[in-house]
Amino acid sequence: MSYIIKTEGLCHRYSIGTPFERVAIENINFEAARGEFIGIIGHTGSGKSTFIQHLNGLLKPTEGKVYYEGTDIWKDKATVRDIRFKVGLVFQYPEYQLFEETVYKDIAFGPKNMKLPEEEIDRRVREAAMFVGLGDELLDRSPFELSGGQKRRVAIAGVIAMRPDVLILDEPGAGLDPRGRESIIDNIKRYHRATGATVIMVTHSMEEIANTVERIVVFNKGHIEMSGTPREIFSRGDELSEMGLTVPQVTSIAKRLYELGLPVDPSAYTIEQLKTDLIRLRGGRRHA
Amino acid sequence: MLKDITLGQYFPGNTLLHRLDPRTKLVLTLVYIVALFVAKNYISYAVMLAFLITSVLVSKVKPRALFKGLKPIMVIIIITAILNLFYTDGNVLVRFWVFKITDAGIKSAVFMALRIAMLIMGTFLLTYTTSPIDLTDGLEKLLGPLKKIKIPVHELAMMMSIALRFIPTLIEETDKIMSAQKARGADFETGNIFERARAMLPLLVPLFVSAFRRADELAVAMESRCYHGGEGRTKMKQLKMKRGDYVGLTTGALLLTCVITLASFGL
Ligand SMILES: Nc1ncnc2c1ncn2[C@@H]1O[C@H](COP(=O)(O)OP(=O)(O)OP(=O)(O)O)[C@@H](O)[C@H]1O
Ligand SMILES: [Mg+2]
Repeated sequence: MSYIIKTEGLCHRYSIGTPFERVAIENINFEAARGEFIGIIGHTGSGKSTFIQHLNGLLKPTEGKVYYEGTDIWKDKATVRDIRFKVGLVFQYPEYQLFEETVYKDIAFGPKNMKLPEEEIDRRVREAAMFVGLGDELLDRSPFELSGGQKRRVAIAGVIAMRPDVLILDEPGAGLDPRGRESIIDNIKRYHRATGATVIMVTHSMEEIANTVERIVVFNKGHIEMSGTPREIFSRGDELSEMGLTVPQVTSIAKRLYELGLPVDPSAYTIEQLKTDLIRLRGGRRHA
Repeated sequence: MLKDITLGQYFPGNTLLHRLDPRTKLVLTLVYIVALFVAKNYISYAVMLAFLITSVLVSKVKPRALFKGLKPIMVIIIITAILNLFYTDGNVLVRFWVFKITDAGIKSAVFMALRIAMLIMGTFLLTYTTSPIDLTDGLEKLLGPLKKIKIPVHELAMMMSIALRFIPTLIEETDKIMSAQKARGADFETGNIFERARAMLPLLVPLFVSAFRRADELAVAMESRCYHGGEGRTKMKQLKMKRGDYVGLTTGALLLTCVITLASFGL
């Protein structure tokens, strides 16, 4: 399998040389395959945000290496800057970082820095706006007049417009209502399917991640604790709860039913899976 | 790079220096600064240096943190030293083109650089060992008599503590916004000074927006806790001078006397 991004022995310490010095992440060995959809979970302060900022060279590793398609991204200055266009990163609460007069200009900031021709920029801005479900009529508005959810979409579009090969999102759904959350996640899924880009998504919500990703990486106290398919991860519910994490509600229900002696899959993690099992139990009749 | 600005930062600790009354520390710092400007010769500089080093040792602040604070003003120190080096009269040692280096020039360059560096380190030591709240409390108390001539001491102190409180926050915020823009290919590191200044412009909008938002939130938070200015306001934590404080003040008085005596002998 060909890896697009890989880290080796990655460590990061903050505030080196002050009394506040602390290890944020330690010895991270991580690989992402081309086109993979990866979810990262972990409790607050486990180092998720610190980790992903290494993948596009925003933070320099205290120790260890980051490789993009086999090249060390810190080889020289030009490489790092190049990598930032290929690995797009959407920050936690990105809506506070909008700054242009209009939504259009804000989305165009990245492509402009790539020195693309004017028509290409225009095409990308409209395409990115479409991906995140922003109507054309919003493009000429000031970003500061939009709602929180709309601002979030603008910020995501600003990164998508660079057409990164790897799209990284830090808690894209945080602080939104359930519907806004769902629709942003749907947009990201659609982007993944349409472009075949590698997507790495950090989240706190198990439900969100269970239905979406192919592989889950669990962070705990600055290192990677587990990595595997949602099924593998959620079958280790006890270990997860020791780390202060939970399994999706569906999984806890399935597990309980299984313990009560019903022949259902104890590690079902989507409503669909459990529904199929239950319907089968009732003799395959619909509207059970 | 912004992380190098350590102004107003406090390193919590529980050393003698941390426990001193903020008023004592403020007065000591003032005495120290005056003494620095009185000091004119090797012996008095040695005394001053001994005082500084002892304080640093007592405070357990890592010297590295102090030197880091010097970094942003290194340029000023170097320029001052160079000006003193070339423009002081005395016995000429080296002469080239229109420049001459004199023995007095070397001496005053070294002293000048030392003076500025020690000044900065001394004041940093104050903010490193005193929490912003203590600092403004002390200042308010010290300047208290000025209330008699209608100077709004409490309000000034409150403004100062808010400013100190928000410097690190604003720096952090700037860092975050810079990162987000770097992630979209903004370039703050290459190019000439004009290009770099231009790249900084897009930072200002989100920074101002968030500063105003914070100011607004803070005002609401203060009002909802019935803040109404300094009048009739009492303190939960009363400042109290202890034995260590008298020792500290005596040391300060000794230091100043010593340096003034040395200076008056022209040593
Ligand atoms: N700029 C910084 N300076 C110093 N320490 C930091 C900084 N950013 C993060 N840390 C520390 O590093 C550790 C990891 O933080 P990080 O932001 O990576 O966690 P996280 O997993 O993203 O948490 P959350 O889920 O709350 O976003 C934390 O203990 C945090 O206190
Ligand atoms: Mg985070």
